[in-house]
Amino acid sequence: MTWKPTACAGDSLGFMPENQPVLRLVGITKAFPGIVANDEVSLDVMSGSIHCLLGENGAGKSTLISILSGMQRPDRGTIELRGRAETISSPSAAIGMGIGVVYQHSTLVPALTILENLMLGNSGKLLQDRTGALRRFEELSSLLGIDLDPRMRASALGVGQQQQVEIAKALWKDSRILILDEPTSLLPPSLVDALLASILNLASRGISVILVTHKLDEALSVADAVTVLRRGRVALSLSADKLLEKGVVSAEERILGAMFGERESVEPETSAEPKASEPKASEPKASEPKSSEATRAGRQETTRRVEQTARIVLEVRDVETAPPGSGRMAHGDAPLAGISLTIRSGELLGISGIEGNGQKTLAEVIAGQRAISSGSILHNGSEISDSGVAMRQADGVRYVTDDRLGEGIAGDQSVAINLVLKKIGRPPMWRRGITRKAEIERGARVLVREHDIRTPSIDARAATLSGGNIQKLLLARELDGMPSVVVFNKPTYGLDHNTVLRVRREMSEFVAAGGAAILISSDLGELAQMSQRIHVMDAGRIVGTVDGAETAPDEIVARIGAIIAGVHAAGGHAAGFRATGDQS
Amino acid sequence: MNASPPGWLATFTRALVPLVCSLVAGAVILALMGKNPFVFYGDIVFYGIAQNGWQKSLSLMAPLTLMALGLIVVFRGKLWNLGYDGQFLLGAALVAGVGPVISEAVPFWLALPLLCLLGAAVGAAWALVPAVLKARFGTNEIITTLMMSFIGIGIANLLVRGVFQDPGVIVPQTRVLPIESMLPYIPGTRIHVGLIVALAAAAVLYLALTKSSFGLRLDVYGENPRAAAHAGIHTGGVIVVVFLLSGALFGLAAGIDITGQWGYMRANWNPSYGAAILPFVFLARLNPLGALPLVAFYSVLATGGTVAAQESDLSVDFLMVIIALILVFMTLIELWGSRRQAGASYLPPALMKALRVGSRQEDAR
Repeated sequence: MTWKPTACAGDSLGFMPENQPVLRLVGITKAFPGIVANDEVSLDVMSGSIHCLLGENGAGKSTLISILSGMQRPDRGTIELRGRAETISSPSAAIGMGIGVVYQHSTLVPALTILENLMLGNSGKLLQDRTGALRRFEELSSLLGIDLDPRMRASALGVGQQQQVEIAKALWKDSRILILDEPTSLLPPSLVDALLASILNLASRGISVILVTHKLDEALSVADAVTVLRRGRVALSLSADKLLEKGVVSAEERILGAMFGERESVEPETSAEPKASEPKASEPKASEPKSSEATRAGRQETTRRVEQTARIVLEVRDVETAPPGSGRMAHGDAPLAGISLTIRSGELLGISGIEGNGQKTLAEVIAGQRAISSGSILHNGSEISDSGVAMRQADGVRYVTDDRLGEGIAGDQSVAINLVLKKIGRPPMWRRGITRKAEIERGARVLVREHDIRTPSIDARAATLSGGNIQKLLLARELDGMPSVVVFNKPTYGLDHNTVLRVRREMSEFVAAGGAAILISSDLGELAQMSQRIHVMDAGRIVGTVDGAETAPDEIVARIGAIIAGVHAAGGHAAGFRATGDQS
Repeated sequence: MNASPPGWLATFTRALVPLVCSLVAGAVILALMGKNPFVFYGDIVFYGIAQNGWQKSLSLMAPLTLMALGLIVVFRGKLWNLGYDGQFLLGAALVAGVGPVISEAVPFWLALPLLCLLGAAVGAAWALVPAVLKARFGTNEIITTLMMSFIGIGIANLLVRGVFQDPGVIVPQTRVLPIESMLPYIPGTRIHVGLIVALAAAAVLYLALTKSSFGLRLDVYGENPRAAAHAGIHTGGVIVVVFLLSGALFGLAAGIDITGQWGYMRANWNPSYGAAILPFVFLARLNPLGALPLVAFYSVLATGGTVAAQESDLSVDFLMVIIALILVFMTLIELWGSRRQAGASYLPPALMKALRVGSRQEDAR
């Protein structure tokens, strides 16, 4: 970059040579039971630069941040600060090393004033230095362009102001590295621009910024360098200049490709890898090629064009939902802003888009977990938007949730109970409200066998099962009794290879048997492989459709990427900030 | 934590250890105060069981059991109806107030069930407001039940000093139910039939919680409300039903205590059954049948302890010291157990998990 700051030359740490990384991560690896969150992650953050860290939820961004902020320690790998290897043993150690973190959600104490909140960082001193704190607040105010009364209570702050104070808090102890974890996710668009401007200003003063986000336009508008994580690994790491050589749209396509993994996961060819050395000797070896074949067969089966005469199973007409926060089951996903779609018998409809654009809301609306504010939902021609989850479940409208542990199972109940969780009170397992244990156990044994759920017994607590087996349990529950339409929300996310194949096979078999399926996935390869049509969602709407039967898998990925990138290029502020950054 | 539920013996031991510890610690305190703990404990057992003590203890067990059941049913759903005093006393005031009128108006066999039902209805009604607030708006039920409890206690006292006050006596109290209109004794004893009602309620609740779809819905809700909603369980309905049941059990306890034991209510009367029995409910791991021996234990402690305290020249409040010590030891053993991952918790596992996750988040901050 040519506009590299001169302002930092006089500060205490200003001896850093220009082209040396202020922070260097080498081979950072962190594993949790069942998942490798960070796998050999290496990256360099230059002094006074903005480094964007991109990736889907679960790609390993949060783990990396928690390692940098001292909340967790890596299993392997080294962290170098200004050329020296360091161990960040605690959050206070991180602050001591000049690393400040702004978390996604507010960490301010609402009842305290702004100044008091900032002074919480001064713990360890017996006496409060109010004058010193006020002076520091003035300094940071002018740096960040804050115009706030330090005696104001934090509870009175708006979201944008709150964030300004959070940034001030992160910089309070003279941090030279500022980490912002999805800072724009809760901001209205008008405040996003102000935040990005303020980040650029900080960088120009020599502060290195790591900006974690999954919004491409923001990233490209301010970044000096971009690193994309996928499944814990660095999928792409480039300077912004290189990335933007061929324009914004091409850059976004490259990033999306890295985020969602084009090509690699299009065909599950990896099952051919030698696996003999794996310790899991109990796994039946023969099942692997077989299941892989079945998947291919499933693809041939499912990608054949669905007859337009096939029965319409589910129809969603102009459905809108109330904005988040107004319901008790609120989550961060976007509300639906007028969605219409139809699914025919024997069809698998893919839903794509960057996470948080209403995909989960759509799934919950179809399942009956979330009320709609307008529109209608027809199942086999009859209106179901007034019936609840239980009635739709009984009618054959099922939902395999992506939040398997959070809402999918009652972890302390047995496997057997979890298999009938959506049928409590219904015959034959219950008669006049009386539990018939033998019936429940009989059904559970059948499902455990059919779906290959590995559990010590049907009485084991469901929470003790591995992630893959919990997903098999959910599939067994939702696919039981030949449902007519099933929504699969990220059904293979975070699972091991064999289970992924199994889940895909079960979906294919369901569709081949005449079922109607909706597959919500962030894995474009999976969507390309499984679906006849793919709708692309953005901001609660369908913004484009790709015909899976007529398009080659590789091309599908590219076209979905182009649709998403196109929406952003058309409506976003992607181009504007870049120029500002170069001028400053 | 183990995959299988802990064995019967382990459960029994975990219930017993805090009891024994608190009695030992109580003995040490007594010794430090210059009293002979053996004499005091001996007196408790003697006055609580010997002679007519066992009959008094068992009579006391009737309302205490119903209070325990009322707590168990809400705690199972990890809901907190802490308004037991208000629901109990309001039920008691109405039963005591209209008791003499009703027993004059309708025959004896009809009057008593009517009065007990009245108590239950009043208790349930008082629990309804917090329940609906919780179900509709997710309002914190701990706060609403406690606040409603204060209002309930106040209204109960206003009623006793007002419309229900017996004009014939100087102290503010209701008219006394004639002895022949009160709950009859179990033949051959001086224990009123309220005990049988309470024991039957415990058996019914046990079956409902462990062998019915209602019990399973409640357990699933208590463990993971989101999973319950995802599974199509009407969570608002669960909350309301459980609160109504809990309030009704508290009110029934009041109805039985007034018509079986006291026959009238005096202003500012508050036996605080709920607070006293609360630790035992957790010791029983929210099992209605498991609670019975513990309720019996407390009944003896309370009956014998009152006299024993007088004999040893102690305040009756010393009994509350022992109850509080049980809670302290229960918590300590809980902590020790979870540290070592040695055993299941007194608290329902999901609640324990929630607490642990909560504390971990605190640490992280």
